[in-house]
Amino acid sequence: MSDAPLVTVDGTPLKVSLGRAKRKAKIRALLLVAPLFLFILLTFFIPIMSMLLRSVDNENVAYTLPNTADLLAEWDVDSGDLPDEAVFAALAADFKAATVSKEDDINATKVGTRFNYEKSGFRSMFRKTNKIFEKGGVEPPYKEAFIKINKRWGDADYWRVMQREMRGKTDSYYLAAVDSGYTDDGERAMNKPGKRIYLKLYGRTLGISLLITCICLLLAYPVAYLLSILKSRTSNLLMILVLLPFWTSLLVRTSAWIALLQKEGVINSVLVSIGVIDDANRLLMIHNATGTIIAMVHVLLPFMILPLYSVMKTIPPSYMRAARSLGATPFTAFTKVYMPNTVPGIGAGAILVFILAIGYYITPALVGGQSGTLISNEIARHLETSLNWGLAAALGALLLVAVFALYLVYDKIVGIDNMKLG
Amino acid sequence: MALPAYAGTLETIWYYLFRFICALIFFFLIAPIVVIIPLSFNAVPFFTFTEKMLTLDPEGYSLRWYKDFFSNLNWQGAVKNSFIIAFFSTIIATFLGTLAALGLSRSEMPAKTWVMGILISPMIVPLIISAAGMFFFYTSIGLASTHVGVILAHAALSTPFVVITVTATLVGFDQSLIRASATLGANPTTTFFKVIVPLILPGVISGALFAFVTSFDEVVIVKFIGSYQQRTIPWAMFSGLRESISPTILAVATLLVLLSIGMLTTVELLRRRNEKLRGLSPG
Amino acid sequence: MKLLNRTLIAAAVSTGMVGAASAKDLVVVSWGGAYTASQQNAYHAPYMAANPDINIVNDDSANGAVAKLRAMQEAGNVTWDLVDMVASDAILSCDEGLAIEIDHNAVLAPAPDGTPALEDFGDLVVSPCFIPQIVYSTTFGYRKDKVGDTPPTSINDVFDLAKYPGKRSLEKKPINNLEWALLADGVPADKIYEVLGTEEGVDQALAKLDTIKDEVIWWEKGAQTPQLLADGEVVMGSTYNGRLFSVIEEEKQPVGMMWDWQVYDLDGWVVPAGGKNEADVLEYLKFATDTQRLADQAKYISYGPARASSAPMVGKHESLGIDMAPHMPTAPDNASNTLLYNYEFWADNVDDLTEVFQAWLAN
Repeated sequence: MSDAPLVTVDGTPLKVSLGRAKRKAKIRALLLVAPLFLFILLTFFIPIMSMLLRSVDNENVAYTLPNTADLLAEWDVDSGDLPDEAVFAALAADFKAATVSKEDDINATKVGTRFNYEKSGFRSMFRKTNKIFEKGGVEPPYKEAFIKINKRWGDADYWRVMQREMRGKTDSYYLAAVDSGYTDDGERAMNKPGKRIYLKLYGRTLGISLLITCICLLLAYPVAYLLSILKSRTSNLLMILVLLPFWTSLLVRTSAWIALLQKEGVINSVLVSIGVIDDANRLLMIHNATGTIIAMVHVLLPFMILPLYSVMKTIPPSYMRAARSLGATPFTAFTKVYMPNTVPGIGAGAILVFILAIGYYITPALVGGQSGTLISNEIARHLETSLNWGLAAALGALLLVAVFALYLVYDKIVGIDNMKLG
Repeated sequence: MALPAYAGTLETIWYYLFRFICALIFFFLIAPIVVIIPLSFNAVPFFTFTEKMLTLDPEGYSLRWYKDFFSNLNWQGAVKNSFIIAFFSTIIATFLGTLAALGLSRSEMPAKTWVMGILISPMIVPLIISAAGMFFFYTSIGLASTHVGVILAHAALSTPFVVITVTATLVGFDQSLIRASATLGANPTTTFFKVIVPLILPGVISGALFAFVTSFDEVVIVKFIGSYQQRTIPWAMFSGLRESISPTILAVATLLVLLSIGMLTTVELLRRRNEKLRGLSPG
Repeated sequence: MKLLNRTLIAAAVSTGMVGAASAKDLVVVSWGGAYTASQQNAYHAPYMAANPDINIVNDDSANGAVAKLRAMQEAGNVTWDLVDMVASDAILSCDEGLAIEIDHNAVLAPAPDGTPALEDFGDLVVSPCFIPQIVYSTTFGYRKDKVGDTPPTSINDVFDLAKYPGKRSLEKKPINNLEWALLADGVPADKIYEVLGTEEGVDQALAKLDTIKDEVIWWEKGAQTPQLLADGEVVMGSTYNGRLFSVIEEEKQPVGMMWDWQVYDLDGWVVPAGGKNEADVLEYLKFATDTQRLADQAKYISYGPARASSAPMVGKHESLGIDMAPHMPTAPDNASNTLLYNYEFWADNVDDLTEVFQAWLAN
């Protein structure tokens, strides 16, 4: 071998030339991916991230009440006294400024609504006060004047909340999302048992999703096994029975289950007409957790069957035959030889079903009733009805963390690039 | 797999029992879809089989819910919206998704797992979170309550399906074919249209069908970022199911089942063609 | 590709056409269904007939409208011109600056006898942004065939499982249910909110609801109770009186009304702040909320008109031909025991009590 480096026809060293070609290929690959990447970033990623920021955002309070925010910071909450006259005067100035401001963001009653999430009573307190200021305001001494408008202005507990929530970023939405909050003494603590809902709801969401995953696995395993051992003509035919539900609209399937499960529905009518149950004792299978579980198992079952099937298809039948010929009973051969080989399929299907289940919204909303609604439904309620968007964002962020963790597990087991459909 | 001749009694019982269990599960999968078809021809506004239906009395059946569907402007508007939105979002998703899949399947693609992870995320993130994020964002840029907004949102939601299906067809893709084509004097454009396109086309079409179905079936996002002018079939069904349950919904459902049968058949035919092309199955 | 191009053009044209209409569009957001139909018949259609340059577009997104309105305003892009809201939402929207304040006497028509609008509407103007349309009530319907010879007549009967066994449907909200529970528990009507303002009072109400909790189906949409009653899934249930009217009179289901302690609430218009056609909308409102128009609406739906001057003009149902006056929640026979929705109490406590209520439901 000579020591001279290999060169291409035009004299550049081969290494450089190859490197250049490689870089070119890399750029070409990146350019192909870039449009979609930017599209997803713009239409999907950024919107979600900016929504999640609402879970800590609290800038508007101090922006609307700047003078009060400055002076209130120096007030000693534990002194047991109300803030002094200067704070009340600052508050009066802020209210006055807010009523004449043309900016949408400066609105004292909005701040009252924000504080009302922390402690009931703020809303009417701010509303009434704002109304007085719209009509001209109050004369000093301000402390007395405010307390005359609403006696809660004379309650130090309300001032404590205001002092705390003047901060630009708040943790109170996340506290609320885990059934906690600040006590009247300003300590973080769990809510009273009668006011805890979200942890229970997360628990229920995980529990129901786990149950659905297990049922799906139990039902999918034999079916996938059968499909994998049948002749391809028969198995292709049976596969249609799996794929048709997969391709059928979620709402179609949910309506079908409503028709089947409701009190006057098909199943109950059949059971009554053949005399299994009598007319007065029709089964309650819908508007509760049972309805959610049945309908969701049906919706998600294909997501379990398909990955299991594709793994089982690759297991040579000779494994089982070998085990049998070595003296294993059919049962031992199946559990000790066959099943371990299907673990990747079980993992892939189970995690996919679980991820899809914990984020489900439509089916629980339609058939879930009270005991069958999941955390997504509560997030929707805060977005649409209670309008507590900070709390909705915090609840959503926690859900997203759970999903993301499972996504990483999925990647470890299956590899995201190995995901297959149909 | 037939029952082996040497099977004992226990094994014979198990053989049939196992098939029976499987039959039950298949029944569970398909029965709900089949059952809505006769129910949609119910002559009375109930969700159950009437006496007359069971005795096959023609009076128990009627087309009134189909008539209602075809004469009701609300449903017709929903049908039109669904097709417009699904059509355009499918085009966007298929175009962007196919390009990205071509890039991702190149061995030179850097940080592949990460990029793939982000591109697939619309499929994994719970819909309510996507809907909330898009609701605020699309409102702020003035795209809420417009067809364009819903189309973009649905396109984002369906690209993962295109990426996945097209990548899958490229897994067995022999890169030397491109080189072979180049050696034989084809320029890159010719290579793309004469070599790559025919090979990935089945994947692209089934990806497009997945994208179409995703948009056609989507209700959470359109409810949040759309307004009444963007009301789609699933939206109309959703509010119908929450409010007054009329069998018109079952008529719509039956029509949608026919549509999905059509899609399923197309995808299956494509899959087989693809396997044949790649020599994976004897065909 | 040719086919594709043609489809694209066709689709673009058909979507573009909506915007290209020559008349000015006013986007009116309402509840859809029978309610929007009654507005269409009583207000929109005659107005458009008289003003061909105005085209009223119905947008049935009143559910969750405040959320959308708030997001639109945050974004500075309000696309709605007029929104139908229940009073509590109107108060909230007004508080948040989402709706404009109205000078009722200047903007709205006086009564035929010259009484200024504000006086004609009276106490029902619960917020300066709110223009009342109707008084509705949340009350009970029951299955006539499942209660024997003694139909329920009092709110106590809702809580009496021995006398009326079977499921009941109640709204999945603390509002109304807590009040009814306290009334059935013997708290006098004028003390209700005093009691509810304390933790013990809330516990007392929930304890009373506990006695029927296992037999309750919780509804979220007004149409659910009528459906549940028609299907025989419940023996009685709360819903809006207009929904019960249509079940009873239009669908002829064996359902009866129980008016005891019906809770009055109001529904009306608000004009979104930042809307693009404010002047046109105010012009429309002057017509749509005059005495005759409000009375006309009662021909199509059984809600009481909000103007005092409209009450004597309420006539017969347009298609059924029955006299509508006795079906109004405000008719003397129906209104012996009534509550008015306490806007202030609920504005302060709805967040907190909803959490308590949800936690109670989950237990």
